[in-house]
This record gives sequence, structure tokens and C-alpha cells, in this order.
Amino acid sequence: MSVTTLPSSALTQRQQSWLVRLFDYKPFLIVMCLAPAIGLLTVFLTYPLGLGIWLAFTDTTIGRRGVFVGLENFQYLLSDPLWWNAVFYSVFYTAVATFGKFALGFWLALLLNNHFPFKSLLRAIVLLPWIVPTVLSALAFWWIYDPQFSIISYLLVDVLHWRTSNIDFLGTPWPARFSLIAANIWRGIPFVAISLLAGLQTISPSLYEAAMLDGASASQRFRYITFPMMMPILAIVMTFSIIFTFTDFQLVYAITRGGPVNSTHLLATLAFQRGIAGGELGEGAAIAVSMIPFLVFATLFSYFGLARRKWQQGEAND
Amino acid sequence: MRNDITRRDAIGLGLSVAAFAATGAAAQAPSNIRVADVAAPSLPIEKGASLRMLRPVRFVQPDEDVFRANAKRFTDTTGVEVKVDFVGWEDINQQTAVTANSGAGPDIIIGFQDAPHIYVDKLIELSDVAEYLGKRYGGWLFLADKYGKRAKSNNWIGLPFGASGGPLVYRKSVLKQIGYDRVPDDHAGVLDVCRKLQKVGKPAGFALGNAVGDGNGFAQWLLWSHNAALLDADGNLIINSKETVAALKYLKELYPTFIAGTPSWNDVSNNRAYSSEEIALTSNGISLYFALKKDPATAAIAEDSEHQFSPKGLAATYPMGGLTLNAMVFNHSPYPNAAKAFLQFMLEKEQYEPWLNANSGYWAQPLAAYADAAVWSGDPKVAIFKDTMKNEYWDGYKGPISTATGAIRADYVLVQMCASVATDAATPEQAAAEAERRAKRYFRR
Repeated sequence: MSVTTLPSSALTQRQQSWLVRLFDYKPFLIVMCLAPAIGLLTVFLTYPLGLGIWLAFTDTTIGRRGVFVGLENFQYLLSDPLWWNAVFYSVFYTAVATFGKFALGFWLALLLNNHFPFKSLLRAIVLLPWIVPTVLSALAFWWIYDPQFSIISYLLVDVLHWRTSNIDFLGTPWPARFSLIAANIWRGIPFVAISLLAGLQTISPSLYEAAMLDGASASQRFRYITFPMMMPILAIVMTFSIIFTFTDFQLVYAITRGGPVNSTHLLATLAFQRGIAGGELGEGAAIAVSMIPFLVFATLFSYFGLARRKWQQGEAND
Repeated sequence: MRNDITRRDAIGLGLSVAAFAATGAAAQAPSNIRVADVAAPSLPIEKGASLRMLRPVRFVQPDEDVFRANAKRFTDTTGVEVKVDFVGWEDINQQTAVTANSGAGPDIIIGFQDAPHIYVDKLIELSDVAEYLGKRYGGWLFLADKYGKRAKSNNWIGLPFGASGGPLVYRKSVLKQIGYDRVPDDHAGVLDVCRKLQKVGKPAGFALGNAVGDGNGFAQWLLWSHNAALLDADGNLIINSKETVAALKYLKELYPTFIAGTPSWNDVSNNRAYSSEEIALTSNGISLYFALKKDPATAAIAEDSEHQFSPKGLAATYPMGGLTLNAMVFNHSPYPNAAKAFLQFMLEKEQYEPWLNANSGYWAQPLAAYADAAVWSGDPKVAIFKDTMKNEYWDGYKGPISTATGAIRADYVLVQMCASVATDAATPEQAAAEAERRAKRYFRR
């Protein structure tokens, strides 16, 4: 009896102590705890990104494995006026839309920061354009901009008789470009306004009281208290906003598909058009990769630039 | 049992009377299809065979019902289980690509026109079945022959199941008002009609935007009717030619007569503009007519509408193509004989004729004998679609069909060449050169 029980209990004891020792070992614990996160990041972020970058250096098409072609795709893009056109419009779209979103969004945030009846309800309603799925709002704008059935044309022509013909929003390059920017601004304002509103509410009222005692006017209070105090959050929100705008796809693809005659292609829509519809996966990947430098630059600019105290306060750092 | 449910469903869904009548009639009426007595190829079906196939989704419900019933009949006669999946039109190309590259998945895919030519290395040859069907049913029509055979050979790599055309559709009363019975076949006549239509406030409208079907259809008509083409018979790029420039110069005169906004049109825009009586002339598939006819509010417009072949211009035959369904069998299938036998079975009279009738004109037959099917003797406005597969133009005309010809269609190279001239963004010469530059990129290998 005793002979049979003794070795088994000794075994479990030894096993336990081995397991306990293992779990007390810090490096092992670190690896164990990080593995799921690293695994997820590798599978769902690093691998697709790496694959995309690799594809950009091959001539892969849908239906055929490619071979490494070095910089051939990028050389072609540099000679392709349509790519340059997309670069121009991506930068223009991002710049104008971001400016519009921040000007109107900041204004809206200041308004919403006042006390008025049904404050919370109105703040919730303001978020609506942001909450609605982009494709739905894009379809709504597609109807608003329709050459034949636009509600705006209907009002101006049939109701107010200010015009005799419909407005051709999307049929010529510049009106189409600005129409898309307007749609993007409409969609982006709530995000900016609510984020900045959160920032406004962190500014201590005592600062304003002190300024008022010193006799500061409303515009001076904005210039010397609100604006500098908002700079850090402006930097973050702007970084996000620039990234979202520069990589926008759904609005443009649903409303114009890059038309008329490619004048409204963003880099993201051009990458999709060439890579998936046209089947040139390698070239599409190269267009997508060509967005990275712009995004890195925009991020660094707003993150480091706008967050610097020198910029905020007009003094030297430290 | 199955048929009963189908019919009740069809009524419940409120589908067009024509479609219902066609399915109902096909079940009872004796067939008019003439059949030659030809020995079928010997296809011993593999033991334990089962098949999976993909095809594009239906236009009308009876399409799917009859197709499934036919597949079930194949299972009943041969014991081979067939699983049919219906895939959205936008997705079928990508799913075909994955199937071809991974060497796994469905045994059979019914894709669109150029698909078998793109994946030719991954397919098995279907010549025995195709030749048998051709002899039995009066021969394959031109487009079927073109899309079915590998370029410059007699080897069949696809079995076309049907095609859908996009002729002109116009308002009879408006044309009468400007003194025409139909749109003339010459370019000057077309221009005159469009100018007069514009004067009476019911202009023409053809898509010049990024519309895969309508945009390419118009651009191709413009080129082909001027004897311009993307490729010559050997596959050399000839898009930058004096014929193309002449076509674009003609467009420059024609475009101002269109309704405003066509450079931003997509595939549904002309349907909407025609249905709301903003335009009196456009080109479209049969779906527009059926949609108008089905809705009581627009039935009068359908009554006043007429189809006609796209004007010949300088071309010898009507410069039109057709969106073609093309079936292929992958060489990774463990049951190639069963797959071939299935496709042959589906194209035999007992199965194909009811299916053709169930489609009420959306698809036109690839085999000559099916011209006598009941569907073409019903509504006279549908009859014009009967000969869609006799059209002698295809994507990549007059060259071999390849990956690049499909990509040029999908990337709107020809549409944008036309649109850039129409909107004054480029001269005809510049636009033709730019189209050549973009096409060269796709043809670089």
C-alpha cells in the first residue's frame, strides 16, 4: 500500500513545484502575457501591412502570382498623371476639409459650451452625422448632388425660380471636388465639435474670472485663454482628423467613383480602382504604400508641431 | 411539390405577368426547338461524384427556381449531388480569382465573358461537350463562339450560357414629334435626332461616367461605329488611330445635345432619367423596359418605348456586344466528367428551354436552335434581344480576349477617353494618346 502511494504523491509534489517555479519565473510570465496581444497584432496588423508593402514591389495581378520588380510600380506612378492628380486632390481635399471641419467644429463647440435649454439632447443630436454609417450619408449626398434629381436644384429652379437649369454638381472637375469636400466637412464636424467641447470643459472657469477681473474682452479671453489651453487636444484631434480625411474612401467611391474623368480620385480610391477593379494588385498596393509618407508627415507635423509649448504660448520651450 | 411552391412564390412576389406566363407555358406547351440527332460524348461519371458551383445572382426569381430545379433533376438522374451558390455580380470575379489561384473550392463557375480566358491554365477543355451541343442545336452563335474558344484555336474553354444586350431605347411619341419613326443608322442622322430632341426639351442621355455597363457600352458603340477598335486581330494596340480621333470629334458635336450631368452618371442614372421622362433616348438592357412595365405609374412610358439596334454608322454590322455568362470547369475538380456532364445537361433542351423562358428575355441563347423558344414570341418589344449573341463585337475587339481587355473595361480607359473629350479636358488627339498610354500599361505582358 504505502509502496504504491508514496511515488505518486512524490511525483505530484515534484510536478507542482516545477510548475510553480515556472510561473514564478518573470521572463516566462512576460512572454505568456504578451503572446496573445503580439499574436493578434502580428496576424491582423503586421502581416497585412507587410504583405501590402511586399505586393507594391511585385507585379502581382488578380489571378496571377507576381514576381519581384523592384521600384517599377513606383517609377510608373511617378510618370502617371493620374497618380499625380490623386496626390494633388488628396492633399487639397485633406487641407480644405480639415480647415473647414476645424473652423466650423470649433465654433460649434464654443456654442455648445454655453448654457441653454435641452443642452444634452442638442449635444447628442449634433453627433448624428458622425454616427450614421458613411455609406448611408454618402448615398444621401449622391442624391443631393444628382444632376437630374438634386433637392438643391429643385429648390432653386422649381420653387424659388432663381435659376433656369439644374446645377451640375458632379459633372465638371472643380464643382465635383468642392461638392465632395462639403460632404466630408458635414460628416466630420461632429467629431471635431464634440472632442473640442470635451476639451473646453476642462478649462477652469477661474481662469476666465481672473481675466475678466483684469478687464479682458471676449476676444482676448479666447485668444489668450481658450485657444492656448485647447492646443494639446487640438493637436490630437487634428492628427486623427487628417488621417481619417486623407484615407477617406467611402464618400468619394459612393458619390463619384473618382469621376468625372478621374478628377476626384483620392489615393485610396485610386488604389482600389487599380488594384481590385483593374486587377493590378501590385500597382494598387504601390499607390496605397505611397500614402504612408504623407500620413507620417502629417502626423509628425500636428503631433510635435502643435503640441510644442513654444507654439502654444509664444515663448521659448522650458 | 417544388414547382407548386415556386409558382405561388412567383405570384406572391408580384413578378411581371410575362415572366409567370413564360414559366407556366413552358411546362405544358410543346417545344419548338429543332434538335439534330447527334451522339453525345461518352462521359462516364466518376464514382461518388458531387459538384459545387457558383453563378451570378438572378435577374428574376424564376431564373433561380428553374435553375435549381434543373440541377435537382440532374441529381435525380445521375445521383450526383450538385450544390449551387448564387454570388453577387460584383463578387464573382474575385471569387473566381481565389478559386483559380488556390486550386480549391467550386468545381464549376459560371462567370462573365472573359473569365475563362484569364484562368485558361486552370481549366479543363470542354471541346467535346461544346462540339456536341453545337451540332445538336444548330451551331453556336458568334459571341458564344468568340467567348467560348481560346483565341485563334478551336479549343473550347468556356460554355456560354447566355448574353444580355444593351440596344437603344427611345420614346416613340417624342421621336414622332420631331419627325422620325426610329433613330437613323448614320452618324449625321443620330446627331440630327439628338439636336432636335434637345430642342423639344427631351434630350438624349448616354453615360459618360464611371459606369461599367452603360459607360463602356456607349464608348464602344462610338468607337466601333467609326471602325475604330482597341486592338487589331493580332492583339496590337490600335486605339490611337485616326478613326478614334474621328469618333471623338463626332462626340464633341454630339455631347452638347445630351442632358446635363452625363459625365457623373453611373449605371442606374440613365434608368432614372428615362423613367422620370427627363430623357427620350438612351441605351440600356431589357431591365429598364421591364421595370417601367411592372410599375403602374410608368406603364404608359413602357407602352410608348421602343428598342432598336445601336446605329451602324460606318460599321458593316450593328456595333454592339453583349454581357455574356460563361461557364468553366476547374482542373482541380476531382470529377471533371461529372462537371462536363452537368453543364451539357443544363444546356440540353429539356433544361435550357424552360430556363431561357423563365428569364423572360434577360438572357439570350448561345445556341441557334433556341431562337424558337416561346419567350421570343411573346412581347414584341422583347424580341429584339433574341439575337444578342449574333452580335459580332466583343470586349477587346478585334483582338484576342485577355486579362488586359477585361481590366481596360473595369478601369474605364475608353469611357474616360470619351468623357475627357466631351468635357473639354483634352483634345481628341490627346485623349487617344492618353488611352493608348494607359492601355499599354495593361498590355505590358
